[in-house]
Amino acid sequence: MTVFDRLEAIFPPDRVITDPVRLRTYECDGLTYHRATPMVVVLPETAAEVAAVVKACAEFGVPFVARGSGTGLSGGALPRSDGVLIVTSRMRRILSVDLDRRQAVVEPGVTNLAITEAVRDQGYYYAPDPSSQQICSIGGNVAENSGGAHCLKYGFTVNHVQALEIVTPDGEIVEISEDDFGYDLLGAFVGSEGTLGIATKITVRLMRAPEAVTTLLAAFETIEAGGQAVSSIVGAGILPAAIEMMDALAIEAAEAAVSCGYPADAGAVLIVELDGPTPDVESQLAEVIAICVATGSFEQRVAASAEERAKIWKGRKSAFAAVGRISPAYIVQDGVVPRTCLGEVLAGIDALQTEFGIRVANVFHAGDGNLHPLVLFDDTAPGEGERAEVVSGRILDLCILHGGSITGEHGVGVDKARYMPRMFTDADLDTMQRVRCAFDPGGRSNPGKVFPTPRLCGEVPRVRKGSPGEIF
Amino acid sequence: MLGHTRVTVRDGGPADAVGGVVPRWVALPESLEEVSVVLGACADGGLAVTPAGGRTKLCWAAPPERLDVLLDLSAMHEVLEHVAGDLVVRVQAGITTARLAEVLAKSGQELALDVPFPGATIGGTLAAPSPGPRAYRYGNARDLLLGVTVVLADGTIARAGGKVVKNVAGYDLGKLFTGSYGTLGVIAEATFRLHPLPADRRWLTFGCEGWEDAGALLRSQLEPSAVEIDHPAEGLTTVAALFEGSAAGDRAEAAREVLGGGEVHADAPSWWGRPPGLPLASLRCRVAPHVPEGVSVRGSLATGVYLASGVTDLDAWRSRLPADARLVGLAGDFTGDRWGPIPSLPLMRRVKERFDPERRMSPGRLAGGV
Repeated sequence: MTVFDRLEAIFPPDRVITDPVRLRTYECDGLTYHRATPMVVVLPETAAEVAAVVKACAEFGVPFVARGSGTGLSGGALPRSDGVLIVTSRMRRILSVDLDRRQAVVEPGVTNLAITEAVRDQGYYYAPDPSSQQICSIGGNVAENSGGAHCLKYGFTVNHVQALEIVTPDGEIVEISEDDFGYDLLGAFVGSEGTLGIATKITVRLMRAPEAVTTLLAAFETIEAGGQAVSSIVGAGILPAAIEMMDALAIEAAEAAVSCGYPADAGAVLIVELDGPTPDVESQLAEVIAICVATGSFEQRVAASAEERAKIWKGRKSAFAAVGRISPAYIVQDGVVPRTCLGEVLAGIDALQTEFGIRVANVFHAGDGNLHPLVLFDDTAPGEGERAEVVSGRILDLCILHGGSITGEHGVGVDKARYMPRMFTDADLDTMQRVRCAFDPGGRSNPGKVFPTPRLCGEVPRVRKGSPGEIF
Repeated sequence: MLGHTRVTVRDGGPADAVGGVVPRWVALPESLEEVSVVLGACADGGLAVTPAGGRTKLCWAAPPERLDVLLDLSAMHEVLEHVAGDLVVRVQAGITTARLAEVLAKSGQELALDVPFPGATIGGTLAAPSPGPRAYRYGNARDLLLGVTVVLADGTIARAGGKVVKNVAGYDLGKLFTGSYGTLGVIAEATFRLHPLPADRRWLTFGCEGWEDAGALLRSQLEPSAVEIDHPAEGLTTVAALFEGSAAGDRAEAAREVLGGGEVHADAPSWWGRPPGLPLASLRCRVAPHVPEGVSVRGSLATGVYLASGVTDLDAWRSRLPADARLVGLAGDFTGDRWGPIPSLPLMRRVKERFDPERRMSPGRLAGGV
């Protein structure tokens, strides 16, 4: 008996993939330079089937990786060549929508945007909005604690998930809820990148759509001036739904790709979106425009319609893909710095460009200090890829040096596990490992992700006997 | 002072009791390192420890099965770092929320948590969270927490999260420790996201017959920061909604029109954010709950999180609530199961085993002996 026999007993033939050509479809997620062909792919349709696969993995000592839509940017869904890839794409039912409770219950394969689409006509929406929201799955959002441009005001996935049904790495189906008295296991599970189990049912909070939404595009001569405007807006006590910034190189790329029509010669553009009750939005918009003018903005455009708003966002949302127009290859970085250090860190990135002869386009969620530097390189030029990799890593060092983080929303995955010891001590990582061992003592759930070196769980230590120390 | 550690230790007395259990000693560490030294010594001696802050909720949840050392964090009351431009603050866990509010107000900022007891500390607010009205808008303590420094039962100092508002590196131990009642270790330092103090505030209050009357407010686009109900055992039920921001007055007036009545005030009603009396129970219910005779309920219609007093038989009330509602006896004497169903309890037990295998950290304060 092998794990294959067991899987073939659980699933009909069309939902177990062993054909090498078809397996290669799943060899990477959105981070394409890490690839591995899974040993086998299964397509469960129910939590019971997920539990059965996971139990089979436990029985045969085989690792497993869960995958939603495969849009992740840190290799969190990178398969194991010795493991089972559990793809949730067939679990895409919206199980219930209850507007009195302002809740929806959905399966993990449902796309982020599908939740909003299901309730939009009634005036509700699901707040977290990662750029990939048209295709990314809510199960993946839970694993990665996904953010998005609007998380500045509304928070991340973890602030919007109220309960989960999970399959633990032992194959048990367990519910964890914010209503459970005791440890916030829900908060620990969201963002654990698939290392604590697989979410099979997700209860999300629905929010009433704001009465008014307005979007402002402000152009600046320099990125420093744009940064000053951001600080002043936040300092004035205004909390916009989103504050996004792009530098000249990112603007150039977006223009080439989607003709977004941002003001020519801008050294930086800010996109500020305000939402809420109409009187608040109107007074805040006037204040934000005044701040932008005072900090040197030479042009401001306010979207007068939903179409104009979409046009302003188009340049920003296409920015990652757009750099493909101005560079043969690029690395998308994801670091965070305290907002007050933005200027210093951008100067540091500038210095790195000069030192290594590598161009960096900057796109960022300026309101919360989340940088997405796009490190551009020519993969056919000898040594350039390596230099780009060094620059990318040095940017993370800058973030850590300024008290920030190595990832704001893309996750650690396989990509940044090696950077974890730069941000955390061994004691910190060992303590996190205790959580891992509580959920997954066998280390079968998405092994090799998040943590730099595999740690064995061992037995729960036995009670020590000793004498009181010298304090007591 | 004992030994070379210089940590202040005194004998425990009845005033130091946790749910009636009197500790043998009280330790008063003044730094993170001293917390670690004390816990290391307790590990050597096999001593049971319960952390305490403002002691406002020590009577909540179950008493510890055993208690040798009350670890009093009230001497750790410093603001370690406050960068106003980042809207972030890092504090020692023993600082009171009132003191922190004073410091932050000087910069026109606040930690947007409504804490029901004066004297409650940050550590206690995390370890034993209490619901506050504005959780609807700003979230609970766990939602505003960015980073944490904890000390484990063996004295290990560990950090998680950070001091930026957006960060997904590593497990969020801060959230795990939220609601832990001292059973996983000691929360020694915490970092929070702050908010600017609102330019203006208005409360709309109105008396009502049923709980559903307030639904129109939640379906509106007026964005109240809180919608609270005060349902006394006898007398009229009152609903109050808070509006914040420069246009608070306009929105409160608009809300009055939506409801067809009510009064707008510049101050909160006297019962706002205050728990009803003992015996005290926590009720979570997302639809209008059945409320038994003689029971008073206060809390958020918007989040479905309430505190209730006057209930004697928890099981009887539970049987009248929806299946996904939760009723837990917090403080006082109850008949019936204090905890009710907690589907994730087996997982909590496994976490407890990994963090505190010797069961020395506040053993038995939570359900199932956790």
